[in-house]
Amino acid sequence: MDLQQNNKILEVKNLKTYFFTDGGVVKAVDGVSFDLNVMETLGIVGETGSGKSVTALSILRLIKQPPGKIVEGEILFKGRNILDMNIKELQDFRGNRISMIFQDPMTSLNPVFTIGNQIMEAIIAHRNVDKKTAKQESLKLLEMVGIPDLKRRFNSYPHEFSGGMRQRAMIAMAIANSPNILIADEPTTALDVTIQAQILELMHELKEKTKSSIIIITHDLGVVAKYADRVMVMYAGKTVEFSDVDTIFYKPCHPYTLGLMKSITRLDEAKREHLKPIEGNPPSLIDLPRGCIFRVRCKYAIDKCKNILPPLLEIEKGHFTSCIRAEEFLSGSLKRKK
Amino acid sequence: MLYFILRRILQIIPVIIGVTLILFILMYVIPEDPAQLILQKGATPEALANLRAKMGIDRPLHVQYWRYMRGLFSGDLGTSYRYGRSVNSILAQHYPYSIRLAFAAIILEIIIGLFAGIVSAVKKYSFWDSLVTISTTIVVCVPVYWLGMILQVTFGLKLGWLPMSGYGDGSIKYYILPAITLASVSIAYVARMMRSTMLEALSNDYIVTAYAKGLSQFKVVGKHAMKNALIPVVTLVGLDLGALMGGAILTETVFNWPGVGRTLYLAVLQRDAPVVIGGTIILVSIFVIMNLIVDIIYAWLDPRIRYEKREPGL
Repeated sequence: MDLQQNNKILEVKNLKTYFFTDGGVVKAVDGVSFDLNVMETLGIVGETGSGKSVTALSILRLIKQPPGKIVEGEILFKGRNILDMNIKELQDFRGNRISMIFQDPMTSLNPVFTIGNQIMEAIIAHRNVDKKTAKQESLKLLEMVGIPDLKRRFNSYPHEFSGGMRQRAMIAMAIANSPNILIADEPTTALDVTIQAQILELMHELKEKTKSSIIIITHDLGVVAKYADRVMVMYAGKTVEFSDVDTIFYKPCHPYTLGLMKSITRLDEAKREHLKPIEGNPPSLIDLPRGCIFRVRCKYAIDKCKNILPPLLEIEKGHFTSCIRAEEFLSGSLKRKK
Repeated sequence: MLYFILRRILQIIPVIIGVTLILFILMYVIPEDPAQLILQKGATPEALANLRAKMGIDRPLHVQYWRYMRGLFSGDLGTSYRYGRSVNSILAQHYPYSIRLAFAAIILEIIIGLFAGIVSAVKKYSFWDSLVTISTTIVVCVPVYWLGMILQVTFGLKLGWLPMSGYGDGSIKYYILPAITLASVSIAYVARMMRSTMLEALSNDYIVTAYAKGLSQFKVVGKHAMKNALIPVVTLVGLDLGALMGGAILTETVFNWPGVGRTLYLAVLQRDAPVVIGGTIILVSIFVIMNLIVDIIYAWLDPRIRYEKREPGL
C-alpha cells in the first residue's frame, strides 16, 4: 500500500468544475476522482459532453474564468495541490511538469509563428538557456518525433505542415521540458486512421523513453484497449467507473460501462451480434435528474435508484464504481444482459 | 515579392488617369474663366484672348488634357492661376506640414487606439471596457470641426494652456490640439477594431496551447494574440495614414495649419484648377502607395498570405 502511495504522481479528488452561464450553472465536471501512477497510461473515456476535456483542462487550471470555475476538489501533483498554486507557480508548472496536447492540431498551433519558434518558446519559458541552445534542443525534439528535413521544417509555418506533422510538432512542444505527465486530449480525433496509429505509437514510445505518465482522453475504446493501463469512465461530469483496463473490458460493474462495451465491435467474442447503442440521450448538465444520473437510460434501474446518487466506491481492490447494484454484478447474482 | 510591388506601382497609372480625367471635366464645366481670374477686372478683351491663347485654354478639352498629361508624366503639375507659381513648388512648400501633422496623429492613433482596444478586450465587461465603448461611440458621432473648435475654445481660449491655431515655431504644443482632432475618429475606430480582433484572437485554440506551455498572460496577449489581432488593424491604420498624408482639409482649416489640406481648400474656393488637380493627384498617389505598404506589412504579419512564392505542403 505504501509503495503504491509513493508511486502516485497525480491524484484528483472529488473535482467539480462548473460553468456559470446565463442559462444556469452547467456542472461540466461534478465529482471526478482518479489517480495516476508513474509511467502509467490512463485512459479517460466517455461520450461528448461527459466532461473529459474539462477535467483535463482543470488539471492545468486552463478553464476560462469566467464563466468557468473549479468550485471544489483537490488536484495533487506529488502531494502538492495545484489548486493552491499562485499564478507564477502555475506558469512554472504548466508545460514543465505537466503538458498537454490538443485535439485539433490545425487550430492549436499559432498560424503566424514558425514551428521552430513555438517549440523554442516552450524551452525558453522553463529553462535558462540561450536561443542557440534552445534551437539545437528544438531540432533534437523534432527529430525525436520523426519530422524529416529538419532544418527547413524548423522554419516552416503550421500551414505548411500536414495534420499528422502538426500533431508531431505539438508532441515535440509538449515533451520539450520532459514533463512527468502528458495529457493528450483526443490527440488523434482530427487525423486519419493510418496517421492516428503512428501518433499513438509515437506517444507510447516517448512515454517508455522518458519514463513519464500519460492521460489519454478519447472516445475510441480501441485506443484505450491497446494503450491504457487503467481506465476511467465518465458520464455526465462524474466518474462512474475506474479500474484497470481488463476489468473495464471484461468485468464492468456499471451499466453505463456495460453499455459502452456493447456498442463496439468485439473480435474476441465468438458470437457475432448486432451492436447495441445505449438508448436515450445524456442528461442536461444544467438540470441533472434526482437520484442516479444514469437511471433514465439504465436497463437495470430499480426503485432505489430514484432517490440515491450512488457514491464512487471501491468494490474490489483498485476497482471503483458508482452503482448501487455493482456488488450484484460483481458476485454474478445480477447477470449482464446480452 | 518584387514582381508584386512593381505590378502594384504600375497600377497607379490607370488610377491617376481616371482621377485627372474626372477632375479635368469638372473644372472644365465650371463657368469660370481662368484668364479673367488672373487678369482681374478691367482687362481688355484682347488681353484676355491673348492670355487664353498663351495658356492654351482656348483649345478643346482633349487637347488641353493631353498637354496636361504630358506635363504630368515629366513631373510638371502646371502653374497656379492665382499665384503664378508652379504647382510643384506650392505643394512642396506645404507638404512637409501635412506630413508632420499626419505622423503626430498616427502616433496618437496607434498608441491610444491599440492600448484602449487591448485593455477593453482583456478586461472585457469591466469599467475600462465600458469607458472605451462609450467614449469611442461619442467621438465617432462628433463632427471633426466641432471637436476642433471645442478644443480650441477650452484649451486655447479658456485655459490658455495651448496655442489656439497655427504652426507657430513648430514646437510640440502647436501639434497637440490639431493632432488630437485629426486622430480622434481614427483612435475610436482603431480601439473598436482592436477590441474585437483581440477578443477573436483570444478565443482561439492556440491561446490555450500558449497558456498550457507555461507562458505568462503578458506573453500570450502581447505575442500570440497580438500578432494575429494586428492583421486587420494594420489595414485600418495604413489606409488612415494614406488618408492623413493627403492632408486633412477640415482639421487644417480649423487650426489654420499651413498644410496641403488647407491649400487645397483655398484653391477650391479660388477656382485654382491646377492646384486642385495637382494636389489631388499627389493625394491619390500617396494613398495608393500606402495601400501597397500595408499589403507588404500584411505578408510579414501573416505568413499564410503569399504573393508569388509557392511552397509545397507536406
